[in-house]
Amino acid sequence: MTTQVQSSGGDFTSNLGRIYGIYTGGFAAFVILIAILEKVGVPNQILGYMFVGFTILVYAFIGIVSRTVQVSEYYVAGRKVPAFYNGMATGADWMSGASFVGMAGSLFLLGYDGLAFVLGWTGGYVLVAVLVAPFLRKFGAYTVPDFLAARYGGNTARMLGVMVLLACSFTYVVAQIFATGLIAQRFLGMDFVVAVYVGLFGILVCSMLGGMRAVTWTQVAQYIVLIVAYLIPVIILSAQKYGLPLPQLTYGAAIAEITALEQGFVAKGLATEAVMTAKSHVQPFTSYSPANYFALILCLMVGTASLPHVLMRYFTTPSVRDARMSVAWSLLFIFLLYFTAPAYAAFSKLEVYSTLIGRNIADMPAWVFTYGKLGLVTICGKAADSVATITAACSALAGHTGVLRLQDFGINTDVVVLSTPEIAGLPYVIAGLVAAGGLAAALSTADGLLLAIANALSHDIYYKVIDPKAPAARRLVISRILLVLVALAAAWTASKRPADILAMVSWAFSLAAAGLFPALVLGIWDKRTNRAGAIAGIIAGFGVTLFYLVVTRYFPGFGVSYAGMSSLLNPVTNAPLVDLAKAMAAPNAMEGWVAGTHPLASKVGWFNINNISSAIFGLPIGFAVMFIVSRMTTAPSKELQDFVDSCRRPRGGTLMEEKTA
Amino acid sequence: MNPTPDDEHWKRTSRLMLTMMGLWFFFGYVIHAFVVPLNAIKIFGFPLGFYMAAQGSLIVFVAMLFWFAKAQDRIDRDAGFAEDE
Repeated sequence: MTTQVQSSGGDFTSNLGRIYGIYTGGFAAFVILIAILEKVGVPNQILGYMFVGFTILVYAFIGIVSRTVQVSEYYVAGRKVPAFYNGMATGADWMSGASFVGMAGSLFLLGYDGLAFVLGWTGGYVLVAVLVAPFLRKFGAYTVPDFLAARYGGNTARMLGVMVLLACSFTYVVAQIFATGLIAQRFLGMDFVVAVYVGLFGILVCSMLGGMRAVTWTQVAQYIVLIVAYLIPVIILSAQKYGLPLPQLTYGAAIAEITALEQGFVAKGLATEAVMTAKSHVQPFTSYSPANYFALILCLMVGTASLPHVLMRYFTTPSVRDARMSVAWSLLFIFLLYFTAPAYAAFSKLEVYSTLIGRNIADMPAWVFTYGKLGLVTICGKAADSVATITAACSALAGHTGVLRLQDFGINTDVVVLSTPEIAGLPYVIAGLVAAGGLAAALSTADGLLLAIANALSHDIYYKVIDPKAPAARRLVISRILLVLVALAAAWTASKRPADILAMVSWAFSLAAAGLFPALVLGIWDKRTNRAGAIAGIIAGFGVTLFYLVVTRYFPGFGVSYAGMSSLLNPVTNAPLVDLAKAMAAPNAMEGWVAGTHPLASKVGWFNINNISSAIFGLPIGFAVMFIVSRMTTAPSKELQDFVDSCRRPRGGTLMEEKTA
Repeated sequence: MNPTPDDEHWKRTSRLMLTMMGLWFFFGYVIHAFVVPLNAIKIFGFPLGFYMAAQGSLIVFVAMLFWFAKAQDRIDRDAGFAEDE
C-alpha cells in the first residue's frame, strides 16, 4: 500500500505539466460548451448549477485520488511539490473569497488609499522569502508551533503558538465559508444556510482524505480556475473600450477619464466640492491618514509573513532552494490578480460615472435594481429595489432635482466584480465563470486554513502534548475527526451570519503579526533570544494587540475613561469623528460588547490609529520585550545555538525527524 | 565544521538580507511618501504616484524575489552549504 502510494505520487509529480495542461484545456472546453448551451437557450439557473457542480466534482475527484495514509504525505505532501506548482497552490491558498470578490470593490470605494491592501498583500512575500520560510523548511516543521517548540524548548511556546494560530485562523475560515454561501446564494438562488453546508462539503472532500497532499493538488486546479475567471471579464472590457486586451495598461486612460469626470461633476453641481475631495480616485489619504495608510501596509505585510496557513505551504517543497523559488512564484501568481484589481475598479467606476451620475432617477439601468433588491446598491440612502422607492427617497431630500448626484449613489464592495459581466452586457457564461472563480478562491483558502487549524490541534496538542506515543494511524484518524469538527463549527458560525465576521478577518493580520512574527524572526536571526524572552514577547505583543482591538471595538467607553484613548480624526478635515464629551455623557457610553452601530465603536484609539492596524503597537512591543528579557536571562544552550546554525544552512536534510510507525 | 566559511556564509547571507530589506522599505514605504509630487508626472495616463502603488512597487517585489532566490543560492554554493541537486 505504502509503496504503491509513493510510486503513484512519483508518476504524478513527473507528469504534472501534462495533467494540468489537459485540465486547463478541459476547463476551456467546458466553458465553451456552456456558452453553446446558453446560445441554444438552456436557462441560466441550470448553467449556473453546471458550472458550480462541475468544478466541485473536479476538486472532489482530485481530493479522492490524492488520499493518503502516510503521516508525511498528510502533513507536508511528502515534501515533493515542485516550486512552480507550490507557487500556484499558495496563490489559491492566499487569495480568499474576499480578495476575489471584494478587493476591486474596495479599490472602487477607497481609490488610492485602497492600494494599501494591494501593497501589503504582495510586499509581505518579501519578508516571507528573506526572513522566515526557507529556514522553517530547513528545520522540517509540520506546523508553525513545531518550530517555536523546537527553538524555544518546551511546550509553553508551542501552546502560545497554537493559541495565536487559532485566534487568527478561525475567524478567517468562517469568512471563507460565509463567502461560499453568499456566492452560491446569489448565482444559484440557493438558501443561504443550505449553500453554506454545500460549501462545507466542497471543502471537506478536498482536505479530509488526503490532507496537505490533496489540498495542494486541488489548490493548483483552483488557482487556474480563479485566475482565468478574474482576468477574462476585465480583458474583454478593456478590448471593448480601448481595443487592446491589456487592462493593466489601458486603465491609465480610464483613470484620466475618471479624473476629468470628477472635475466636471463639481462644475455641473452633481457633487459638492467636499464630497469630491473625499472621493477623488487618485487623491491620496482621503480615507486613511498617511500614518494609518503606512501602518496598515506594515501590518498587512508582517501579517502575511506570519499567517500559519501561508507559511506551512513552504514546508512542502523538496528543498530549501525550492522553498525560496516557490515564494517568488507565489508572488508572481498573486501579482497577476492584484495588479489587475485596480483595473477592474477603474473600469467599473468609469462605467458608473459616465452612465449613471447625472442621469434621471427614473431612468436607471436594470442592473441597479438587480443588486438593489439584494440591498447592495443604494440610491438616496435607500436600497434601490424599484423605481418608485428611489424616486420617493430622492424627492424626500431637500433641493434634489431628480438627477442622480455622486453623493446619492452607494455600492457594496462585492458588487463590482460580480456585476461587471452584466454591466458590460456580456453573456451569462461569463457571470457563471466569475461565480466559479469566486468559489474556487473561497474554497481553496478555507481548505488551507482548516488544515492549519486541524494540524495544530492534532499534531501540536494531541500528539506532542497529550499522547506522544500515539501511532501514526491513530494520529491521522484524530486529525480527520478534528478537521470535520472544526469545519462544522466554522460552518455553523457562518450560518448564523455574524455581522462582525468580515471586519474580524482584517484583524487576523494584526494578531498573527504581533503574536508570531517577532518569535519567528528573532528565533532565526538572533541566537541570543531564549525561551523566557520568546514567551514574554509573544504574550506582550499579542496581548497589546488583542487589547487594542477588543477595547476600541467592544469597550470604547472604557478605553476613553481608563486607557487614555481619544477620538479618531477625519483624514481630510482632521476633525474628530465623534464629539467625545457628548458621547461619554450619553447613557450608553460605558456599555460593554457594544454593537458596531454604537457611536464610539472603532472610532476611538491611541495616536489616531485605526484598529485594523493595531499590530503597529503590538509589534514593536513584542520585539522589544523579547529582546530585553532574553538579554536579562541566561543564553540558550550550546545545542540550541547549534540548532539555529543548522537552520541557517540549507545542506543536510531536515532537523525534525518523523517516526513513521 | 570549519568556522571560517561558516561565518563568511552567514555574513554574506545577512548582507543580502539587509539589501533586500532596504529595497523592500524603499518600494514599500519611502516612495509612497512622495505620492503627491509624483502624481504630477503622467505615464500612459497614470499619475506616477498612483502607478507605483498599483503596479510599480509590485513589479519590483516580484523581480526582487527571483533575484534573491538566485543570489542566496550562490552564497550557499560558495560556502558549500547548498543542497545536492
